[in-house]
Amino acid sequence: MSALQAARKTRSAVAMGLCVASAGVGLIALAFILAALFWNGFSGLNLKVFTEMTPPPGSAGGLLNAIVGSLIMTFFGVLIGAPLGMFAGTYMAEYGRNSKLTTVVRFINDILLSAPSIVIGLFVYEITVVQMGHFSAIAGSIALAFLVVPVVVRTTEDMLNLVPGSLREAATALGLPRSLVIRHVAYKAARAGLITGLLLAVARVSGETAPLLFTALNNQFWSTKLDAPMASLPVVIFQFALSPYKEWQQLAWAGALLITLAVLALSITARVLGAQRTSK
Amino acid sequence: MAEAALSSVAKPAAQGDSRLKVLRRFELGDQAFHILTKTCAVAVLLLLGGVIFSLIHGSIPALEKFGFGFLTSQAWNPVTENFGAAPAIYGTLITSIIALAIAVPLGLGIAVFLTELCPYALRRPIGIAVELLAGIPSIIYGIWGMFVLAPFLQEHVQPAIIAIFANVPLLNQLFSGPPYGIGIATAGLILSIMILPLISSISRDVFETVPTVLKESAFGIGCTRWEVIRNIVAPYTGVGLVGGIMLALGRALGETMAVTFVIGNAHKIAPSILGPGTTISATIANEFTEADGAIYTSSLITLGLLLFIITFIVLSISRLLLMRIESQGAR
Repeated sequence: MSALQAARKTRSAVAMGLCVASAGVGLIALAFILAALFWNGFSGLNLKVFTEMTPPPGSAGGLLNAIVGSLIMTFFGVLIGAPLGMFAGTYMAEYGRNSKLTTVVRFINDILLSAPSIVIGLFVYEITVVQMGHFSAIAGSIALAFLVVPVVVRTTEDMLNLVPGSLREAATALGLPRSLVIRHVAYKAARAGLITGLLLAVARVSGETAPLLFTALNNQFWSTKLDAPMASLPVVIFQFALSPYKEWQQLAWAGALLITLAVLALSITARVLGAQRTSK
Repeated sequence: MAEAALSSVAKPAAQGDSRLKVLRRFELGDQAFHILTKTCAVAVLLLLGGVIFSLIHGSIPALEKFGFGFLTSQAWNPVTENFGAAPAIYGTLITSIIALAIAVPLGLGIAVFLTELCPYALRRPIGIAVELLAGIPSIIYGIWGMFVLAPFLQEHVQPAIIAIFANVPLLNQLFSGPPYGIGIATAGLILSIMILPLISSISRDVFETVPTVLKESAFGIGCTRWEVIRNIVAPYTGVGLVGGIMLALGRALGETMAVTFVIGNAHKIAPSILGPGTTISATIANEFTEADGAIYTSSLITLGLLLFIITFIVLSISRLLLMRIESQGAR
């Protein structure tokens, strides 16, 4: 009896030890990545990164055109994608909460949320680059917009579902038409959550590389023209990291650090906003 | 008198008129908003439809030329315009299998650690850290893999592995050849690190759906912690865990940037997993902009279509399983 008990206790201890060990291994691996990123990133980071254009092979320079390109395309991507996603999410949470359409859209949307972004890039290539005959920042923005949509749909629906029904009933009882109830009551009550969703969407697309490779392509020079190829931080990182030139590799690390910091800042802000909402 | 009576009747009527107008405008606005939101919801469906349609449309030239032989052919020759998908499909599957083989046990271990063992004060910080890491762009994992992990594996790990298994039949085929550093095994390892936060955070969420009463009663009759996890938590959450793992598999199959840096881009199926290979997404990322000729481009789009079909199936299964555990949690 006591032998059996001892065996059971040992087995449990061994299993739990393995769990602690796996947590240790996982966290150490991720810590290694962050350490390498910060080490190489900060050693490559200087003022020139923000003030100079991407250099030709084998010379020093900065990432200014890539940073601006990323900002422009992310801005337009969110500008196109966010309203579409928000209205779709509104329909799912407000008008068709139990309808068949909502169930189907939710299912499809969850698949789009995890679908390979490179395939979205191929799709946008087919509908824009092939039609226009050349790569362009517009195509890049559209590709990013299609990645924004599922994130925003998901958070909008979730957040509006959290708004208490009694709020809507009170507004309806005052004679407010349904669309005004949604716009002036439900949206206001869910505002923090909606902003959280938007920030998460920006975080999601700001590091996306694959769909930009053959939509916006790349541009070594300063360009803000929307119908011309445009540089973006991830694509420049991809190109520079694979190059044999030391200066380019350094810039790739610096760019990687910038993206990571931006994404972390966005997701932490989103998290803080979300926490404020739930604690209220 | 009669006039006064008339005007007093007419006035409310006029008021009612403007009131009606306002109500009418409200009604129109209401309908417009309803239609607008519904259109956007339908647009999400059209987006998926558009993706499928355009991929099929783009892959017609290649499929017409190669037929179903495209799936099994190992050829990849831009000069003679002869292409086959087998090496890319093989690489995609094998890297994802390696990734899951490493990340699933580790991820489940982390989830158990977070829900059962970790001191309360540390649970939230570690949980949040894991979730933040899940959001880091995959290109970061890619360049780390190329600059840090691959040279390390090449110098310190792969020679040892090759030496250890040199005289073991079968395994010496699997781990043979010069240590390149980059290759299928390295890509699988990078993928496993990348999906680790995802698996951990989903499994943790799923573990937390187990009612405390169930666990407490098992502890009450004298079960050890391991027995509680094995016999109570695991059966209760089984479906959700499989769903979470399938979701991670879907991510791994379609991942581009983490893999492209370290896969080596070699269109062949080699018995050794240490050698270079390619995946569907890496092939597209590396070659699409340089592809000239309708057949070359179309072959790459066909690869994209295959990838989409594979991930669509995997993600659908994942959603259906996770929906089951969600309705279980709501009960």
